[in-house]
Amino acid sequence: MKILVQTAPFDVGHETNAFTDTHKNVGAVVTFTGIVRDDDCGSLDAMEIEHYPAMTHKAITQHAQSAQDRWNLADVMVIHRYGKLVPGDVIMMVATAARHRTDAFQAAEFLMDYLKSRAPFWKKEWIDGHPRWVEAKQLDEDALARWD
Amino acid sequence: MQLVYFAWVRERIGTGSEPYDGPAQTVAELVAELRAREPRYDLVFSDLTSLRVAVDQELVDFDAPLSNAQEVAFFPPMTGG
Repeated sequence: MKILVQTAPFDVGHETNAFTDTHKNVGAVVTFTGIVRDDDCGSLDAMEIEHYPAMTHKAITQHAQSAQDRWNLADVMVIHRYGKLVPGDVIMMVATAARHRTDAFQAAEFLMDYLKSRAPFWKKEWIDGHPRWVEAKQLDEDALARWD
Repeated sequence: MQLVYFAWVRERIGTGSEPYDGPAQTVAELVAELRAREPRYDLVFSDLTSLRVAVDQELVDFDAPLSNAQEVAFFPPMTGG
């Protein structure tokens, strides 16, 4: 299991290849990449991501472990950035490796749903010079509820 | 015990952390005590449905006990991913 919480950018291709290379006997690797999106056509200047350092790594590890308990996985990787990002920047990635694709797909989705609303990150958008905290969406809570 | 705040909770209270050395036995008692302190606390804690709380880095409900807790964190619903 590899969990990284960092400010530095990372290369999704390199990380995916390295993750895949360490598991010679898996039949499936699923990756998800989260990218800073500008919904307002060019007015998003930046996205600031705050986190709770003492809790973040622990919370992600717990969720990664529940994914491993629930599905037949060879490995899990989560990289999540914090600090100031701009549209187009990669925020985070999740990768799951399994013998079969269903486990890898479902575990990746489960992890994403958990990271969205249970990992201690908060996004603040800067739009035309004004800050605004991104509000949690009911949709994300609903997505989480389906795993109960 | 240390109280820590994140995102708009931190901004509205005006600090990221502060020590607490009071009698509260549960998160709810702590919240009531903080609300009575000053209007800025009262405002932040006026709608608990818009807040989350973690005791020693574990998410808990607002009626959770504080027995031997080292750190209590208050923050808005998380927006990771």
